[in-house]
Amino acid sequence: MVYPLIDVFIYSVEEGYNFASQTYFDVGLYNFSYVLHDPYFLQALKNTLLMVVITVPISTGLALLISVGLSSITALRKLYQTIYFLPYVTNTLAVGLVFMVLFQKTAYTDGLVNLLINWFGGESVDFIDGPYWAKMLVLCIYIIWVVLPFKILLLTSALSSVDESYYNAARVDGTSSFRIFYKITLPMISPTIFYLIITGFIGAFKEYSDAVALFGTDLNAAEMNTIVGYVYDMLYGDSGGYPSYASAAAVILFAVVLTITCINLLISRKHTYY
Amino acid sequence: MKVVLEHLTKQFPARGRKSAEVTAVNDLTFEIPDGKLVGLLGPSGCGKSTTLFMICGLQTPTAGKIYFGEDDVTNLPPENRGVGVVFQNYALYPHLTVRENILFPLQNFKGKDKLSKAEMDKRAQEAARLVQIEDLMDRKPNELSGGQQQRVAIARAMVKMPKVLLLDEPLSNLDARLRLQTREEIRRIQKQTGITTIFVTHDQDEAMSISDEIVVMKQGVAQQIGRPQEIYDDPVNLFVAKFLGTPPINTFRGRVAGGRLYIGEDAVLTLDGVADQEVSVGIRPEGFVPRQDGPLHCHLSGVEVMGRDVSILSTNPQSDNPTVRAIINAESRVDTASETVRFALKPAKVLLFHRETEERIPFQNGQAL
Repeated sequence: MVYPLIDVFIYSVEEGYNFASQTYFDVGLYNFSYVLHDPYFLQALKNTLLMVVITVPISTGLALLISVGLSSITALRKLYQTIYFLPYVTNTLAVGLVFMVLFQKTAYTDGLVNLLINWFGGESVDFIDGPYWAKMLVLCIYIIWVVLPFKILLLTSALSSVDESYYNAARVDGTSSFRIFYKITLPMISPTIFYLIITGFIGAFKEYSDAVALFGTDLNAAEMNTIVGYVYDMLYGDSGGYPSYASAAAVILFAVVLTITCINLLISRKHTYY
Repeated sequence: MKVVLEHLTKQFPARGRKSAEVTAVNDLTFEIPDGKLVGLLGPSGCGKSTTLFMICGLQTPTAGKIYFGEDDVTNLPPENRGVGVVFQNYALYPHLTVRENILFPLQNFKGKDKLSKAEMDKRAQEAARLVQIEDLMDRKPNELSGGQQQRVAIARAMVKMPKVLLLDEPLSNLDARLRLQTREEIRRIQKQTGITTIFVTHDQDEAMSISDEIVVMKQGVAQQIGRPQEIYDDPVNLFVAKFLGTPPINTFRGRVAGGRLYIGEDAVLTLDGVADQEVSVGIRPEGFVPRQDGPLHCHLSGVEVMGRDVSILSTNPQSDNPTVRAIINAESRVDTASETVRFALKPAKVLLFHRETEERIPFQNGQAL
């Protein structure tokens, strides 16, 4: 389990490593310095961080909202649960295509979203091939849409496992519903929330396939590359064949994810009663 | 504050197409006098917890009225009824300390009822003193024993000074020794505060030992309401007779003919006021007197010595139960080698019931033969 990890570390310090000849010039930190000065990597890093910061809180919050809504209705709950779970079992790439169509703007047709914007009197925006913020917006919406079902699933089951008698006790004592949620429900499901945040961070940092689904494989050109995408490009892309740079980028990603996860764990330790 | 239930009925909607609507509580009417401790007693599923939940407002009755004192509270939400509830699993918030748990109800007060922090602390401290948990205030519930958790739950229910205290199976999660201790504790707290208290239990021992009054329920219908000893001595039907008393009452198929009660061929009592008919005969375990020439013949199957008294286990072809259990004083000697044992009966401990309706048949001038 650890061997590939160690191998990546070794590659990352071997300068100019060549797969075919298994040779390298020197050992040092040049790979890291190259990667950190590579504008493509910096772009990918910025994109990834933005995605993490936007999608993790929003998707978790939204999932919590929907789950609480789902648990408080009785009629048709099963149906809604199924609907919310559907994206989880559908193929990301196929749905990416649908998103492209929804958000597209070509010379001939506008997607549904642009039609809506026009209807409200706005200018059409090219979300797939236009300004940076528009592309980032679509990507974030898409990612949230993809990760939401799993979070809703976990949260609804966490909510339903909270013993009914806590709510009864709170009601008898005249607790307001906001206070019940804040003081009882949230602490009770906090382990699940922290689990979702931690795995959400890790998942968002490793984001790649969703960007490909929307913008194709040449992510550098679209300014929508992610760190994992950068690693992939360095290995196999058009500009590929640089395993050392790829390893260095992977190690940087690893370090970032590890740090964030440790911080997360420290915070969650303080706020759960388990 | 007295609590009055009038024709209280609760029906739950049918689940699925085939099942019928379930009537959990059926036309329940009784009055709980101010400052008394009342036990709702019955087997599981008899509607006693539903009754409790209707009194505290967590469930709304399908029909009927609930009064606290003179006020109709039937449609009042739980928080406006002024009830304290101790739940079966205590429902202590696991992420809060004992102090925070006890403070929780007080922190809900709004507007003019709002208390200052010092006032809240004082009230919490008082409640903790009442149940003697002052030195556990900073612990979390999972660091407490079952008995201590129970006390915290009572303190939390009492801290807002409710008019009525409701306890749902308060002792069922405790071991036997703690149960004895805690039931006395509940009695003490109730006496000390004079609060009208209703508790639900399926354990007749529990109900008998601490209640001022007992309501025996079966399938949503109150069978009998009265003081524990009255109900034990004078049950209205076979169900109540069977439900109260450990060990349970022994029942036999018998018949009354010509002013005599027969069990099988043995004429065991003379009595007046009962027409000739087939009956069910209930005999309390303490109603047997072993006697050389006793009229009731049983086949001796064993003797259990329990120190204070002795159980004689025997069989009788007319008995509804596989064994007949008689409890007698340890001083009386029983010949354990003998095959048969013969009993005379104490007329006050013999109860007659209608064979079909299981209603009690009273009789006069019972005389042992």
